[in-house]
Amino acid sequence: MKPRTIFLIALLLFLLFLPILGGKYILYMVIHILILSVFALGFNLLLGYTGLLSFGQAGFFAVGAYASAKILLVIPSLLIGTLVGTLAGGISALILGYLCIRHTRIYFSMLTLSFGMMVYSLAWKWREVTGGDDGLVGIPRAPLEIPGIFSINMNPMENYYYFVLVVSIVAIFLIYRIVNSPFGLTLKGIRDSENRVAFAGVSIRAYRLLSFVIAGLYAGLAGSFLPPLENTVTPPIAHWTHSAEPVMVTLLGGIHTFSGPIIGSILFYIIKDLIVRFTQYWLIVFGSIVILLVLVFRGGVVVFFSENILPRFIKK
Amino acid sequence: MQEILRTEKLKKYFGVVSAADGVDLSLERGVLTSIIGPNGAGKTTFINLLTGNILPDSGKVFFDGEEITHLPIHKRVKKGICRSFQIMNIFPKLSVYENLQIPIFSLFNRSLSFFNPLSRHVDVNERVEKLLREIGLFDKKDVLSGTLSHGDQRLLEIALAIAPEPKLLFLDEPTAGMNPVERVKVLENVRRLSKEKQSTFVIVEHDMDIVFSLSDRIVVLHRGQVLADGPPDQIKQNDDVRKVYLGEEVLWEKI
Repeated sequence: MKPRTIFLIALLLFLLFLPILGGKYILYMVIHILILSVFALGFNLLLGYTGLLSFGQAGFFAVGAYASAKILLVIPSLLIGTLVGTLAGGISALILGYLCIRHTRIYFSMLTLSFGMMVYSLAWKWREVTGGDDGLVGIPRAPLEIPGIFSINMNPMENYYYFVLVVSIVAIFLIYRIVNSPFGLTLKGIRDSENRVAFAGVSIRAYRLLSFVIAGLYAGLAGSFLPPLENTVTPPIAHWTHSAEPVMVTLLGGIHTFSGPIIGSILFYIIKDLIVRFTQYWLIVFGSIVILLVLVFRGGVVVFFSENILPRFIKK
Repeated sequence: MQEILRTEKLKKYFGVVSAADGVDLSLERGVLTSIIGPNGAGKTTFINLLTGNILPDSGKVFFDGEEITHLPIHKRVKKGICRSFQIMNIFPKLSVYENLQIPIFSLFNRSLSFFNPLSRHVDVNERVEKLLREIGLFDKKDVLSGTLSHGDQRLLEIALAIAPEPKLLFLDEPTAGMNPVERVKVLENVRRLSKEKQSTFVIVEHDMDIVFSLSDRIVVLHRGQVLADGPPDQIKQNDDVRKVYLGEEVLWEKI
């Protein structure tokens, strides 16, 4: 067996038995890591593969979170809540993406930033729907059920952890297949030289839009994991500083690697958790550490380890 | 001779400079045509207008009897027009193999396939390998294309332009910046491919040796207008053309 397969199986086993090994807090942390991983993986399809830096992903995350919260308050079904949240993220990405993908580089980034902040102000001002600065409260962690077939109570943290874990793994597997497919290769081509791709007979705009919509779906999915976990949704999740999280973890892990955003997310929460114990101004310390890591590990932590550390252990 | 592409009063101004000033031109199937002219004559602009990189101010372009004046690039490619670029336009961060996979997947209408890994598409990969052998880059298929030599990058650029199997192919200075050995290699490829393939080649070149040895027909552009048009022998004798190239006398003496 390849070392990578062994590692993946070990990791899966570890995650599977985590509820036995660790307490509630660990599970809560891992759920957050999974949410950020899914969020950042979608974001990196845009940045690392299509060459578009979006600063508005939190907008789609929030749309997903609010949509799933709204559903859960009316219909107590986790499946429907997650599905609607994901679709809401994708549909809003389709609408805003149609306007954004006409531009690239800094213009694209600025457009996505302003659309993201539009969602933020909507969440803030549209009291009747979003609850304004109070947000939506009392969102139930609805059971996972298909009426008449099965119903699983999601109230214990372990159960919700398994739900997020399984859905995340499916999402990660899907995007892994996407980036290694002809579609993924065509996106990489657009990143490298859009003119040449156009002259391969491919509509660049359509492909950019599709990539944007997939990133929106992933942001929506990540967002819809949140309300059942926290039981509330508040406007700050739409703020641009939240859009910066996938940017940061992706840069930290490495933009041209598949696992970069995941490794980045893990580091993000570990570092954050350690600093928060000492100071409330954790972002300052965290920012400095990220800058250091990005400077030391050129191309991301993942690239550094796979090029410098791993070869010493694995002989070819 | 069957007409493949026709322009009608094609005009494009950049400010007050006319890059294409009412060009009426017809290209014929199977005739290797060269477009020459002094710097700033509007050669690249003319190609850009035909391939869709820029849109004309007025005038029309017909391909296979169909108007394509305002068609986006990718739709023109699907109809059978492709080009190479004067400035290198490959995918530098992808391997040579992956570079060619992109247009071939598009040719097979499978660029949207998003679930199966690249290696599963056996028929596409066979075609990529065939093309790699034709162009002579098979040995370097796993090399990152950005690290290829300049000459090999130009070859890859041409391969990328050929890959969509166009009926009409524009090569914009295919030998720019090459050493003589690489130049011969590229030209042999162009000559062979123009015979083997069912495509019509149109070449923009500065090197007169190449132009006169390769072309069936030469079109001379000057200030956005067609100055002369005919077989190489006729162009060589043309006084207007000589005047335009005044100061490049040496170039002409050589021929």
